[in-house]
Amino acid sequence: MSATMMPGTVPARDVRLAERLSRRRKFIDRIVKLLCIVATVIGLALLASILFTLLWRGASSLGLHVFTNITRPPGSHGGLLNAIVGSLIQTLVGTMIGTPIGLMVGTYLAEYARDSTLGNVVRFVSDVLLSAPSILIGLFVYTILVEPFGGFSGIAGCVALAVIVIPIVVRTTEDMLQLIPTSLREAAVALGAPKWRMIVFVCYRAARDGIATGVLLAIARVAGETAPLLFTSLGNLNWSVSLTQPMASLPVTIYQYAGSAFDDWVDLAWAGALLITFGVLALNIVARVVLRPRS
Amino acid sequence: MNETEQPPAIAAMQARSSETLHEMRISMRGVDFFYGSNQALKGIDLDLPNRQVTGMIGPSGCGKSTLLRVLNRMYDLYPGQRAEGQVMMDGINILDPGIDLNQLRSRVGMVFQKPTPFPMTVYENIAFGVKLHERMSKSAMDERVEWSLTRAALWDEAKDRLNTSAMGLSGGQQQRLCIARTIAVRPDVILLDEPTSALDPISTLKIEELIDELKRDFTIAIVTHNMQQAARCADQVAFFYLGEMVEVGSATQMFTAPRQKRTQEYITGRFG
Amino acid sequence: METDTTFMPAAIGSSRSRRSAGDVIFAAAARSLGCFVLLLLGAIILSLFVGGLPSFRAFGFGFLWDVSWDPVKQHFGAGVPVFGTLVTSLLALVMAVPLAFGIAFYLTEVAPDWFRRPVGIAVELLAAVPSIIYGMWGFFVIVPIMGQYVMPFLGDTFADWPILGTLFGGAPFGTGILTAAMVLAVMVIPFIAATMRDVFMTVPPVFKESAYGVGCTTWEVMRSIVIPYTRVSVVGGIMLGLGRALGETMAVTFVIGNANRIASSLFDPGNTIASIVALEFPESPAGSLKLSSLLALGFILFVISFIVLAISRMLLRPRSA
Repeated sequence: MSATMMPGTVPARDVRLAERLSRRRKFIDRIVKLLCIVATVIGLALLASILFTLLWRGASSLGLHVFTNITRPPGSHGGLLNAIVGSLIQTLVGTMIGTPIGLMVGTYLAEYARDSTLGNVVRFVSDVLLSAPSILIGLFVYTILVEPFGGFSGIAGCVALAVIVIPIVVRTTEDMLQLIPTSLREAAVALGAPKWRMIVFVCYRAARDGIATGVLLAIARVAGETAPLLFTSLGNLNWSVSLTQPMASLPVTIYQYAGSAFDDWVDLAWAGALLITFGVLALNIVARVVLRPRS
Repeated sequence: MNETEQPPAIAAMQARSSETLHEMRISMRGVDFFYGSNQALKGIDLDLPNRQVTGMIGPSGCGKSTLLRVLNRMYDLYPGQRAEGQVMMDGINILDPGIDLNQLRSRVGMVFQKPTPFPMTVYENIAFGVKLHERMSKSAMDERVEWSLTRAALWDEAKDRLNTSAMGLSGGQQQRLCIARTIAVRPDVILLDEPTSALDPISTLKIEELIDELKRDFTIAIVTHNMQQAARCADQVAFFYLGEMVEVGSATQMFTAPRQKRTQEYITGRFG
Repeated sequence: METDTTFMPAAIGSSRSRRSAGDVIFAAAARSLGCFVLLLLGAIILSLFVGGLPSFRAFGFGFLWDVSWDPVKQHFGAGVPVFGTLVTSLLALVMAVPLAFGIAFYLTEVAPDWFRRPVGIAVELLAAVPSIIYGMWGFFVIVPIMGQYVMPFLGDTFADWPILGTLFGGAPFGTGILTAAMVLAVMVIPFIAATMRDVFMTVPPVFKESAYGVGCTTWEVMRSIVIPYTRVSVVGGIMLGLGRALGETMAVTFVIGNANRIASSLFDPGNTIASIVALEFPESPAGSLKLSSLLALGFILFVISFIVLAISRMLLRPRSA
């Protein structure tokens, strides 16, 4: 024990050492903060680059023809009408198929199986499906709905999108239902309501905004998916709204056009990319900014 | 609102109940309750006199809310919780496994500590419970809604906002809405679980006045942390401690001359 | 006129336990759809495996590391795509994680209050952009930059270095493994940054305050309190990002160059499982060995993703037994 550590005394401070250390620590802190700012600037610059490129190349290619003409061979003033309509159809039908299933499974997890083994397995599987590569979903639907029937079809595309929608809605529904306070459930039960009425008339209503947000985000996600459609609805250069025939979609058309050697096709690809991106971003903003504060 | 304007069925119910006036609406014998292996209630014997207010007091965790939740079998929602013994109502033991719980809960209603308006309009809140058990025309439902809100002292404040969301009401109004919702299904018994502990003093007073009104038609059991409230509202008071009912008697007797030492200590604030 | 029969005392004393019919139906529907989800996953795994079976049978276990891909001789191997998948994903993570961490640190500790929400929204919007957009942007913006400036620069600077010389020694076309990894990194950064930010915000303020209280700088608080507290979840989030990168198709297909040989330089073209499936599918007739090999590749990708996702989930969602 040194003389400075005698009981009853406070050890003398080496002020100069402390100051030197402090300067060095502050310096390191500043460097790290600077690096973080640089990282954020890089991130924002990347976002700006992507949006700017989209706007620049896409807006200059946007014209009425994009919305009034269907896809045509290069040089024939083609547009994207069939692709836009095809995307709308497949996104909406896929969401309509997937949402009720996701809703019921989310309800199952939140109301019937909070801690059971089966519930935990279903929850795990749903999480795996949520993050599974979408190209594999496309391959799967190909093997069950395209190969056996000998042809690509719009409905196969819808089913592939539905499979992607399901786990998103499951997760949102379960999370939103779990937020509902027990006292609200008990109040419904105390009036003599059977469990299903409590769920449908009280819980769903209370969670309505959150679940709607989840559905909007699911729509935003599947609207931009390309890979699953490559193997299911394939794309169609002609006008077709038949679910039993191959169906065009914006992402697939963009994919085919962007890599082509024809300038007008590349321009159309950018126009399509602009449409998709801003549609998806608009849906996201509506879901996050408009709906969330209300819940 | 005078008695001749009440729906005919209510008058019939009152006529029926007057036969059982001064009898025991609910009789509990040897009621035990378990959370898993932990016994929370031990051998409770308690009667709830018809159309009177029974107050249940005691320190936190003594089992009074638990007992309340036995009376409408709310604990049935949670596996691992169980009750044993006898709770007799109209000659039937409601703890029997064969009991139709939805019907039971239409006869034994509950109001919770935290106001729980459903995310619907005021009108729909009240209609929700009624529709579970009865079929009626729109005009009959309108009558029932008006009657419930009037009996809950909320009609004047709510009559112009029946079709607006119930979440827009104040805390005290929401709690009265919950009371209106409960009485709309015309139960025999109303269980109140610390109904005013989340409310301001003025709302508390309004609800205590309400309880005095309601006991003309309903048997009431109220759990409260507030002894003054029990003294004000209750006809009969039961004191609970560590899962046992230590003493029960008239409100006057319990607060002036309790028989048990422990009751005396709680009432005078030696512990709480 | 209402009937009073429902209020007869006998009503609550019915001797049979009567569950509402609605309850039985609703519960059955919920339960069976829950099982449907299980069947769905099983069906996906099964379809990929059964579809790939002819290929597994034809090439045996060697399929996994066979680096040939010869449609003429009908000999296919998973070596090149698996190599490409692993290399691009891991390289992407190496680039993405520090940047994502920097952004998350900035968002939680450094940014002024009024700036946090807009930047946070910007990050979430980046995460929402569809992957085909990243692919296009990568092809039209990044590839020219790489081909004209970055690759020649790297190639010239490190030409005589021992390892880096080979890594940066390929022909600078702009496409290739490195470019693909970069585009993947840009895709994954917002995702990992958002996860890290959410995780950093779960640290109770009182822990951080006690560190500030003894005079720690912001970085020291981060290093000694926040990171240890959130270490497990951060790794989970990174693995989730890895899972996404492994399966990404569109962001990679545009820029990876589509060559079926093992790259020796980072500038060389290659393929990932996802890109080779997307690119070769149009020329794979139903029932062919090539299609079967693609499905077999899909199965392999699923197994890899499943393992990564399972680990990440275990780290992110601790379930008390």
